[in-house]
Amino acid sequence: MESIFKDKKEPLLFIRNIIVKTLLLFIFFNLIFTALFPIEALGKISLYNRIFPGRTRLPYGEIPEKSYNLGIFNIEAMFTSHIISAGHKPSDEYRVILIGDSATWGFLLEPDQTLDANLNQEMLINSDGRRVKVYNLGYPVMSLTKDLLILSYAVKYDPDLIIWLFTLESFPLDKQLFPPIIQNNPQKVKTLIEEFNLNINLNKDLFSPPSFWERTIVGSRRNIADLIRLQTYGIMWAATGIDQYIPQEYTKRMEDLPDDKSFHDITPPTLSPSDLALDILEAGVVMAKNTPIIFINEPMFISQGENSDIRYNFYYPRWAYDDYRKFLEQEMLLNNWNYLDAWDSISGEEFTNSAVHLSPNGSQEFAQLIKKAIQELWKGKPEY
Amino acid sequence: MILVTLAGITSIILLIGITRYINTLCCITASRPPAIQHIFILFSLGLLFASSPVILPQKSFWAPFAILFFFILFIFQKSPILAQNSSVFLRTLTGQSPELALPIDLTWLGFSYLSFRLIHVLRDFQMGKLPTYTLAEFVTYALFFPTFTAGPIDRSQRFMEDLSKKQYDNDQQTIEKKDNLIAGTQRIIIGIFKKFVLADTLALFALNEQNASQVSSSFWMWILLLGYAFRIFLDFSSYTDIAIGIGRLMDFRLPENFNRPYFKKNLTEFWNSWHITLAQWLRAYYFFPITRSLRMKAKNMPVWSIIVIGQLSTMAFIGLWHGITWNFLIWGIWHGLGLFIHNRWQDWTKTKTIFINQTNIQKQLFAFSSWLLTFGFVTLGWVWFALPDFELSNRVIHILFQIK
Repeated sequence: MESIFKDKKEPLLFIRNIIVKTLLLFIFFNLIFTALFPIEALGKISLYNRIFPGRTRLPYGEIPEKSYNLGIFNIEAMFTSHIISAGHKPSDEYRVILIGDSATWGFLLEPDQTLDANLNQEMLINSDGRRVKVYNLGYPVMSLTKDLLILSYAVKYDPDLIIWLFTLESFPLDKQLFPPIIQNNPQKVKTLIEEFNLNINLNKDLFSPPSFWERTIVGSRRNIADLIRLQTYGIMWAATGIDQYIPQEYTKRMEDLPDDKSFHDITPPTLSPSDLALDILEAGVVMAKNTPIIFINEPMFISQGENSDIRYNFYYPRWAYDDYRKFLEQEMLLNNWNYLDAWDSISGEEFTNSAVHLSPNGSQEFAQLIKKAIQELWKGKPEY
Repeated sequence: MILVTLAGITSIILLIGITRYINTLCCITASRPPAIQHIFILFSLGLLFASSPVILPQKSFWAPFAILFFFILFIFQKSPILAQNSSVFLRTLTGQSPELALPIDLTWLGFSYLSFRLIHVLRDFQMGKLPTYTLAEFVTYALFFPTFTAGPIDRSQRFMEDLSKKQYDNDQQTIEKKDNLIAGTQRIIIGIFKKFVLADTLALFALNEQNASQVSSSFWMWILLLGYAFRIFLDFSSYTDIAIGIGRLMDFRLPENFNRPYFKKNLTEFWNSWHITLAQWLRAYYFFPITRSLRMKAKNMPVWSIIVIGQLSTMAFIGLWHGITWNFLIWGIWHGLGLFIHNRWQDWTKTKTIFINQTNIQKQLFAFSSWLLTFGFVTLGWVWFALPDFELSNRVIHILFQIK
């Protein structure tokens, strides 16, 4: 065999040079990356809305290989993959955005069965002749802070109406920083807390800025891999229109309930307004500026089974939920906010695997209620 | 020496077997390891067969039985129905629930490649082409770890040349050793990149059983199919890269398995550059013997019919080697027919002046068309390879060509 080296010392020099150059390049690129920390900027680079159609709901998927979708924490990338990022807002569009949890996102619903799809099928035209286009910006975790974080991005897309859907489970203070999407965007959450003076403890380790190592390419490898996977799954989204794995069979929402009156760490028998993150709703109103908001207390499953005299469903003891509705109504009246309390508006048969997830029929029925709420708002006299 | 080697291998397998009795370790293998007594019996039998040409060099009587043994074992491993039933039988025999039986229970990592190596040794021994090896040399060849799971299928005679190289004792050999270190490392890095970056990314959308039933657009179906074509090449060739790279680190020059197969301009060239060592193995131990035998025994048989029988059966064998299913068989026949048609075409065009006196542009156009046709043919063939059943493949073909 002909060697590429002339004498026996040459290979050693060659190996040494390779190692040194590799190390230098590795350190150089990591330092550059650390200094720029371009994860957000990278999230803006997207094939969606260019080569692939934009997604109709924000990326989220528990079984990526089956749902062709995945949960990522780069909010820029989430939005750039969404159909709301497809070019400028057309002049004849009345843009409505839906903010909320998994019920809004459409858990166990196909893309054409979600609230936004049902509302878009109505082909509503507002009073100045613009066609209503509804965008689903729900994200499957329950936390008002998460909703506010999503809203802070959504307002950049010039909505004409914001519909904010929630349930009591999004309100407890211990839920606010719980979602992974919050924990992976601490600086943005911190800014929101400071800007709106929210009642959330800032002295948590969570809010310390990312360390040097976390800012390197090595430390950001998961985020970078997720960005690549999100783009790659765009092919399957375009090819199939599937963005969620919906099993043929699933465990239905609980009918018989435990003999348990507890609700988070709050002591029964009464709830206090200070137990709930009501201030986040106000922050949302301030953030929305002149854009109207309709707040909606989501429909929920009301059990008729065992212990249904003390609990409405798996999530809520009756005392906590009744107090919550009372406080919410007071808050809405006090601030003159548009409010629809749809808590018992859908029959129990229309709930799927949880007390807040609707069936396709339930979603359609609920969309009719929302449609009515939008039309009432246009009339100027919301009477829900 | 023989006893030490035997004891060493038996100890390793027994140690793995023992993990079935240790809750915290059980089970480091994909399925529960068999009981010690079963390991011992099977291992003794297997080793007896495998090493019969070495232990009993004069007893060529055993070789056909050993080949038959591996062939039957191969059929049981590759046929999902037989593997399932065998598993049910073995589980019942050992007092386990037959409901737990799965075809994968019989799967044995690296079995296919090991049997190719062993059959090659047995066959060469039968033909008197095999030099004498020590048991240590033979076991090293048969179980050489870089190639154990995914090839390439090295010939023992070539392997022994590397194995018997003298220890490095001069400067040139020191340089060669360092050359190997660099080239081997480079090859391993390339292999890892191809596998974990490229192939695994393509796997997210490459054609598979799940997405084949979900896509109804011709354009996207082609994208999925192309994704599969590149994925399987990158995935498989990456294993070869890593195996060759590790071999180089140990100063072994393992044979290449791929040589830019998707750039080839006809199917014969493709099969000379795709899984080269398997194709060579089959040519040496199946295609040439069968065509030679047909020529000798059926002298009136036209040449073309000998070629078609040889090529179809060889390719059907390659298909069934991946698993005994209808789809793999169709894939093999697809390629067998393709090779035959190319063979006839080549024969026919040899004398046609239109193909001889071509201008440069004509040559380039012809070359491009040949490449496109070959690539399209191979890619389309993957439909049967990638999917588990005929109906699904049929659906994909209908969508690809928008047949209603």
